[in-house]
Amino acid sequence: MNIFTKAFWLQLSTPKNFYPIAGKLIPWFLISATLLAVIGLYYSFFVAPVDYQQGNSYRILFIHVPTAWMSMFIYVVMCIYAILGLVLKTRLSDWMALALAPTGAAMTFLALWTGSFWGKPTWGTYWIWDARLTSELILLFLYLGFISLNSAIDDPRRASRASALLALVGIINIPIIYFSVKWWNTLHQGMSVTVDKAPTMATSMFTAMMLLTFAFWLYTIAVALMRVRNIILERESQTAWVQDLVKGKN
Amino acid sequence: MFAVIRSLLWREMTLAIRRRAEVLTTLFFFVIVVSLFPLGVGPEIDTLREIAPGVLWVAALLASMLSLNRLFADDYMDGTLEQMLLASQPLSILVLTKILSHWLLTGLPLVLISPVLGMQLGLDMESLLIMVVTLLLGTPVLSLIGAVGAGLTLGVRGGGVLLALLILPLYVPVLIFGSGAVEAARTGMEIQAHLSLLGIFLVLALVLAPIGAAKALKIALD
Repeated sequence: MNIFTKAFWLQLSTPKNFYPIAGKLIPWFLISATLLAVIGLYYSFFVAPVDYQQGNSYRILFIHVPTAWMSMFIYVVMCIYAILGLVLKTRLSDWMALALAPTGAAMTFLALWTGSFWGKPTWGTYWIWDARLTSELILLFLYLGFISLNSAIDDPRRASRASALLALVGIINIPIIYFSVKWWNTLHQGMSVTVDKAPTMATSMFTAMMLLTFAFWLYTIAVALMRVRNIILERESQTAWVQDLVKGKN
Repeated sequence: MFAVIRSLLWREMTLAIRRRAEVLTTLFFFVIVVSLFPLGVGPEIDTLREIAPGVLWVAALLASMLSLNRLFADDYMDGTLEQMLLASQPLSILVLTKILSHWLLTGLPLVLISPVLGMQLGLDMESLLIMVVTLLLGTPVLSLIGAVGAGLTLGVRGGGVLLALLILPLYVPVLIFGSGAVEAARTGMEIQAHLSLLGIFLVLALVLAPIGAAKALKIALD
């Protein structure tokens, strides 16, 4: 099987072929996510030093920052799938977008929650209406809107196309979240990790953050694949191969 | 092209005049929501003056959203929308005309009546003027963004509530800078940046929203 040919990818994108491959990939993603999470948590609790200003309370940021990154990243990936679904009319792309949304919403919620837990000892408040927090909250609403629009429309084709369009309208929020700490004078601190500069924190802190980011990333892939397998079974329940599968003939 | 726009606009206006109640409902809703606040938070004029920009803007937001359901619903029911889809003019232009008429029938009356309500809440002359300007810039954006949502939720179960869920988050920037400008004017600060941003929103929405709404309608009627 040559993975560089178009035929290979076309074959892969049919639900029937994707279903077993996704099933084989899931354990690998789950195992590596767990491994990275264990190492990352070990780093964040035992290796990373105590912060000289915030004490130990800063350690929740090892969850906060990766989930916040993932909340934005998943939205972008979701939009890419949505565009693919709209342009190429591939059902699998629509389903991938749908499968990613709940995890994206969960990541957004976790980012907000851990952020407010960190804010209480550091800023003295659980919540403040500054640009970064507000735009992240809007991101949560966008995910919820995507999911509800998708479930409100009965015809699955129309549902995925309409929600894809909604996702594309909402993507304007992503740069707003990302640059909000630059554009406005916010209470939320600026970026410590950027592409073009060395991170402004201890190396062990950076390592822990990166390990946990990759752990969340792999976890997201694993969960999205699980969910998309369920969607495939649900939407393809009329086809022969799913009926065979359910009856245990395969 | 312009003949089509003119006749469509004429049709919308005629329909609105024949069904005056709908236009007036939105306006009364706006007035009632604003009037509830002095009753809810107490009649101290200092408090009212402080919350006035936010109250007026949130009420305008809700009032504009209230009428969005009807934007395409009737045309969808009686088949007019399908004819628009088949027309030789681009759908986005027709949609833009419908949005324009929606704004003329719901947005503009709100703008015109807002100084009276602002005065009741104790705003001074300069703040009132700024408020009218921000509403003039902002309410078209609300109609434009709302049209995309109205297209997406067309003929959907529980469309009204869903529309609110989809559209209100997207209204947030307009709300922030609209009420921010009035607030800044009230406290004597610089308002230029707020107005410029509202202008940017208007231009962007004017260009992109009709295309998005047309796409949404095509999906709905597929």
